[in-house]
Amino acid sequence: MRVANDSALEARALSVQMGERVVCRGLDVLIRPGECWGVLGQNGMGKTTLLRTLAGLHTPQSGGVSWDGLALEDYARRDLAQRVAILTQSEGVEFYGSVQEYVLLGRFPHRTLLFGYSAEDEQLARQSMAQMELTELAGRPHSKLSGGERQRAAVAQMLTQRAQCYLLDEPLQHLDLRHQAKVMRVLGQLREEACALVMVLHDTLWAQRYCDHVLMLLPDGQVLQGGADELLTRTHLEALYQCHLREVSVDGERCFVAGV
Amino acid sequence: MAMSPRTLLVRFSCAAALSLIFGLASGSLALAPTELWQALLGNDEGVAAEVLWQLRLPRVLAAFACGGLLALSGLLLQVLLRNPLADPYVLGVSGGAAVGALLAMLFGAGLVVTQVSSFAGACLVIVAVFGFGFRCGERNIYRLLLTGVVISAGCGAIISMLLTLAQGEQIRGMLFWLMGDLSHSQGLPFAWLVLLMAGLCATIVASVLDVLAVGSDKAAALGVAVIRWQIGLYFVTAVLTVTAVQLGGSIGFVGLIVPHAVRLLGISAHRWLVPLSMLLGGSFLVLADTLARMLWSPLQLPVGVLTTLMGVPVLLWLLSRRQR
Repeated sequence: MRVANDSALEARALSVQMGERVVCRGLDVLIRPGECWGVLGQNGMGKTTLLRTLAGLHTPQSGGVSWDGLALEDYARRDLAQRVAILTQSEGVEFYGSVQEYVLLGRFPHRTLLFGYSAEDEQLARQSMAQMELTELAGRPHSKLSGGERQRAAVAQMLTQRAQCYLLDEPLQHLDLRHQAKVMRVLGQLREEACALVMVLHDTLWAQRYCDHVLMLLPDGQVLQGGADELLTRTHLEALYQCHLREVSVDGERCFVAGV
Repeated sequence: MAMSPRTLLVRFSCAAALSLIFGLASGSLALAPTELWQALLGNDEGVAAEVLWQLRLPRVLAAFACGGLLALSGLLLQVLLRNPLADPYVLGVSGGAAVGALLAMLFGAGLVVTQVSSFAGACLVIVAVFGFGFRCGERNIYRLLLTGVVISAGCGAIISMLLTLAQGEQIRGMLFWLMGDLSHSQGLPFAWLVLLMAGLCATIVASVLDVLAVGSDKAAALGVAVIRWQIGLYFVTAVLTVTAVQLGGSIGFVGLIVPHAVRLLGISAHRWLVPLSMLLGGSFLVLADTLARMLWSPLQLPVGVLTTLMGVPVLLWLLSRRQR
């Protein structure tokens, strides 16, 4: 494994609130390069808010988040964006340009030219588009894409950012099975390249396969953290989702499906 | 196949030149191309030269600057509000500018105070539109438009009230201001300066505008200091609108139609959108103003009437398309 950096994303005594809802209180978490964290929880538990806080887009009630030992708010936004990338849930804002132009926006924090983007930037954008199987759609207007294609374009844009830490809010939303696997494989590669990953997931199977650590936002406001093997058990998951789960085994791989 | 931005730039520049020539040549005294040319070269000392230099040239230049200013302010407002349907007139910014100016006039203020007051009025409206129309999320464009409509209505009422309170000579000045009159444009060099400076700056920071247009969260995630840029855009938009309103009164829908037309041609990057919108906006207003002069000559239609009559169906069409 190539160790590109030893910078870590660290939350200390982090208390996050969204309106009335307390997302977490006094959370300490250290996300090291090459680690992949899954964030699990029921709808409305504040997974997105937590992720936005980790990206410096949401101000916590108390405590703070730091990258490489320096508090996020002490970074210039551009410097931070070169290091930490976030994939937000569908943006709902129309983009008028082509898919390629959309993906190229990921180079914004790195751009060196006053006008437009360099040939290297464009090359990186093409690479990410190829990874997300978007090459043939490169010239298509972004507004004409389907939901799944938009999601792939958003992932490609984030990949183009070439950050060291990636925060992903439901990276698999709108994706068919083939592209779910594709995205997870690409994210797995990022981990191999010693990037730190935090992803909000709903499918415990993907968490099992790709995450080494798990953060569970429990319904009672508690946050559980630990190794994926230790937390992704039926007991914990049933407490997390407050529903009956069945455990099945396919080719020796455990899966959980909701019982009816 | 969409035309390349460079081709469009050349074509739009030609269109701008043609519109200016058309504006210079047309009117109650029609000038033949040779006459126009001679007068422009200064070889003609007669009526033609008089009409050209004293009346038409300032007028077409004012119309062009005004159109460019409105198109650019519309475009920047669309970035600021993340809404392709934003327009300084529709959102009541022009109305706010008018209220500010009229209020200053009512108290007998001079030109500078009137301008500052009009600027304050425009700023206030943008803040209000942003504050009320934006709270429930960036995605609800109807709420934004509705807020603009309500504020416009409020401004309209205040304008009527101020007109009622004003007396004699004041009313004339106010009406003059409200209707806009490109033939009596005093601040022409200033307007051109504002237009060129703003256009240049907007082109230079175009890649930031591209990112801001995708949404404030995304822009922040990509490294834009969003709040600072938004405040900057507020002020620039307000300055552009006020300068345009001072040149030509409340002229509606140019800021909406023009950037939209450029986008329909397949342009989305702001480094092209900015100059192309300015050129098209300028040409469009020169044409509209020339038509307004000619249609019922010797009566002159306020050019705002013409642009609004064209803009209303376009906005309605865009809204109905959006619904689907």
